[in-house]
Amino acid sequence: MFIPMLLSGCGGPLSTLDPAGPAAASAAWLWWAMFAFATVVLIVVVALWLYAMRRDPGDVTDESAQRVQNRWIVGGGFVLPLVSITALLAFGIPAGHNMMPLASDEDVLRIDVTAHRWWWEVSYPEEGIALNNELHIPVGVPVHVHVTSEDVIHSFWVPRLAGKLDAIPGRTNVLRLQADETGIFQGKCAEFCGAGHAHMDFTVEAHPQDDFDDWLEEALQSND
Amino acid sequence: MTEAGTEERQALHQRLERVWANPPGWRSLAAVNHTTIGLRFMATGVVFFLIAGVMAMLVRTQLALPAQDIISPDVYNQLFTMHGTVMMFLFAIPVLEGMALYMIPKLIGARDLVFPRISSLGYYCYLFGGLIILSSMVLGMAPDSGWFMYTPLSSAEYAPGPGSDFWLLGITFVEISAMAAGIELTVSILRSRANGMSLRRMPIFCWYILAMALMIVFGFPPLILASVLLELERAVGMPFFEVAGGGDPILWQHLFWLFGHPEVYIIFLPAAGIVSTLIPVFAQRPIVGYRWLVLAIILTGFISFGLWVHHMFTIGIPKLAQAFFSVASMLVAVPTAIQVFAWLATLWTGRVVYSLPMLWIIGFLVVFVCGGLTGVMLALVPFNWQVHDTHFVVAHLHYVLVGGMLFPLIAGFYYWLPHLSGRMPTRVLGNWGFWLTFIGFNVTFLLMHLTGLLGMPRRVYTYEPGLGWDWLNLLSSVGGFIMAAGIAMIILDIALHFRFGRPAPRNPWGADTLEWATGTPPVSYNFASLPDLRTRHPLWESPELPDTIASGEHGLTDVSHGRREIYGSDAITGKVRHVIHLPGNSWWPLFAAMGLALVCVSLLVRVYPLALVGVVSALVFLLRWSWENGAHPSAALLVHGESHDPPLHSRTTDGPGLWGMVVTLMANGTFYLSLIFGWLYLWTASPGWSVPEGEQIALWLVIASGLALTAAWMDFEGAVRALRRGVDQGLQRRFWRAGLLGGGHVALLLWALRDASLAPTALAHDAVLLVMLVYVLGHGGLAALLTVLQAVRVGKGYVGRHVPYEPVVVRPFWVYTVGIFWLSVAVFLLLPMAWGTPA
Repeated sequence: MFIPMLLSGCGGPLSTLDPAGPAAASAAWLWWAMFAFATVVLIVVVALWLYAMRRDPGDVTDESAQRVQNRWIVGGGFVLPLVSITALLAFGIPAGHNMMPLASDEDVLRIDVTAHRWWWEVSYPEEGIALNNELHIPVGVPVHVHVTSEDVIHSFWVPRLAGKLDAIPGRTNVLRLQADETGIFQGKCAEFCGAGHAHMDFTVEAHPQDDFDDWLEEALQSND
Repeated sequence: MTEAGTEERQALHQRLERVWANPPGWRSLAAVNHTTIGLRFMATGVVFFLIAGVMAMLVRTQLALPAQDIISPDVYNQLFTMHGTVMMFLFAIPVLEGMALYMIPKLIGARDLVFPRISSLGYYCYLFGGLIILSSMVLGMAPDSGWFMYTPLSSAEYAPGPGSDFWLLGITFVEISAMAAGIELTVSILRSRANGMSLRRMPIFCWYILAMALMIVFGFPPLILASVLLELERAVGMPFFEVAGGGDPILWQHLFWLFGHPEVYIIFLPAAGIVSTLIPVFAQRPIVGYRWLVLAIILTGFISFGLWVHHMFTIGIPKLAQAFFSVASMLVAVPTAIQVFAWLATLWTGRVVYSLPMLWIIGFLVVFVCGGLTGVMLALVPFNWQVHDTHFVVAHLHYVLVGGMLFPLIAGFYYWLPHLSGRMPTRVLGNWGFWLTFIGFNVTFLLMHLTGLLGMPRRVYTYEPGLGWDWLNLLSSVGGFIMAAGIAMIILDIALHFRFGRPAPRNPWGADTLEWATGTPPVSYNFASLPDLRTRHPLWESPELPDTIASGEHGLTDVSHGRREIYGSDAITGKVRHVIHLPGNSWWPLFAAMGLALVCVSLLVRVYPLALVGVVSALVFLLRWSWENGAHPSAALLVHGESHDPPLHSRTTDGPGLWGMVVTLMANGTFYLSLIFGWLYLWTASPGWSVPEGEQIALWLVIASGLALTAAWMDFEGAVRALRRGVDQGLQRRFWRAGLLGGGHVALLLWALRDASLAPTALAHDAVLLVMLVYVLGHGGLAALLTVLQAVRVGKGYVGRHVPYEPVVVRPFWVYTVGIFWLSVAVFLLLPMAWGTPA
């Protein structure tokens, strides 16, 4: 799997491996760490199996079989998975922390996103701005995206910035979104929603704070 | 062997064959033999596999290049929905059930399963349900909401055509077969093992199948409930999953995955059972860590019911729940790792013989461990949020299902092929088949992990060029076709081996288990005589066993009475307690399945009077079928002064029917608990839940009907107690009285229902109440009906002091009916009163 990755790079406008925000960055790091570890485990387990099939066991008494059993089952069946899981959770749970709204988030820009078949209705409730299929955010600070749906279940996903969150009729979910660099980031609906699902795209443009204020101004005027 | 010995054997064979054989020609549709039914399940499953495989090829063709329009989005959505649905429900589960039905009696030293006619019913439900689902594709109106049918995408508003109905009705119909197999396998494994085969001496495969069977019993009811509720919503507008009426689309997800996750292990466990069976044979030593494996199997079963929410991490759930389900999902790695390392230890201490089945086992290991590792990754919430619903998940699930199920299954096919055909598989084509499949699979799906990480969501019918996905998709498609060539090679190989394979010697792989002591190809009765067992490895420790069995040196060789008989044994020790007489070939299962098919089709086309005809005819056929039981002349007529040692099961109070009833009620109870779960879930979590004011249903009437029901049950209970003591005076009178009281209960409850002010199409609250009332009514009615039939049977002499079997079977049904009645009153009527109406 390394070779194709090297060949393609990990780029692409929707690549989770080319993160541009803190949430996506920690998910990408988690991936690389888990990938490396899993590769080692896979190779070692398969190598052990192949070796075990070839080796001459010699004379196996019941006691020595018992010893082999204890060694492999305790070591491989309990210690290996439990240690791995503990390590994984120790890194993983804190990493997930900043993907949901934090208690420390104050004065954060709120953006409401309502999913429809097959477009995204975007509004800035405090500013009174309404848009379709595009979000604008200031760079370097978190915003809260309040996601819901008017019809079926959709999922709001900007792979380079953060994980996805479902847009569900009757409920509102809040995603903490932050871009660490300026630019236009592609978003896609990630929950199958019918015939137009493949084309239910949107963009998130991250502006420097000053530009963002200008954009707000302009958008307010054109909205009036 | 002497000539006289051979002749004697031949004569015994003919006597047994006369009793056990299938009817010839087209009349073999009435066959109930487990070998026949198991083969039918597997053959039908393979056909469905090929059809679903073709759908996958079409999907890969469409995705091979960006921005293609070979297939319209409309057809594409039907294709991937059907691919998943057919592979899961019409291939994976049934083919494994078929294998279990075929193998289990042979492994435990029995001649058939304990409910042979149920096997036949199950097969026809599977076949008809499968054909109904498939017909939707032919008609161009297949379901198109994905195989997990999320609401509201699958609801009437967004899926107005009949596609979703095909899915809901067809799958529910097919699930009858899974439930039937689950119940039958559980009871057979527990109650019909060879004399002396204690639980500790049971072949490890039986433990796996026992776990699978019990998981079916507890795992399928939530989905059956969800399907019934969604079909009610679609057909008559009861808003269980609709926010506007106080329902919640997330309830569907909970019920679906409550089934859906155990389902993965329902598929994996039997496949792992094949691995655990083959490895010791080819390592030429007993499995290492038998007890550890049993522990791992039980752990897997339990844990798998506690991690369904990991399919729903992105719906916005609280952090604590996330952490809980994340840990639970990872913990399932422990029992899996125990198995992998027990297999390793067995290979380590054994002398391994190379063979085609072993090649597939190695393929299994590589693919499955890889899938397990990505599974642990997916359980980590922050990573899950990125790759959920992308092609990464598609890759993961194929690694787990193809690696964890298909590879061991093919290993098992090759291993047991000589058992079925009496011929050995060939080497050359088989090796080609393996390598093409293995390489093709990995080219397709290993790369697909990366496609997902690069942001490609699942279930998109096309994509724009330039997103970095182009060449990955092209290679995945090429790999898919290589894999298809591999599968074609395997089928060719197996087809040719029937003609050209060299004849197999007895026990060709040198196995330790009893199935190789039956004839190869198998005979209808499996074993001419039923041996006692003192070891877990009968054929290793007594290699002469096949001969002594065939020459009738063990038990139960007398068939002069014309009955099909097997031993009924103790669940723990395996000591023989009685002789079970099994029913023979019968048309009733086919007719009952046809009645159910009529129900299914007429609900699809919405001709409800016809559906009622179907229900009534199915019920009549089922009851007619149940008539041939106990001391009925076609079962085991009571002869004056008869004495059997061990006794016939119908002369005892602890036959397999009682166990079958209890296991059925466990499934039924899970269905009912799922309904309670839905009720409490909607009360606490539904965003638009609303409760109507005032008393909707006359409580005093409900209580009065409950008192009638309780009185009926107490009457029945008293009669059964007396019967157990050997007293049958007044038995018929008491049954009549209990039946009539039960009828009174039904009448009172119907009255209450008629006067109730329910608005089931406007409010989810009222819709749930109505479902609960109908459920309770149905049980009361059925209990009364069965009791009246018992009264008639007492009059006929089929039930009585000497034949106390049937009332003992009906008794748990009464207990259950009374139990759920009062529980319903408490949870659905009294609890909300105490709770008060939410503001």
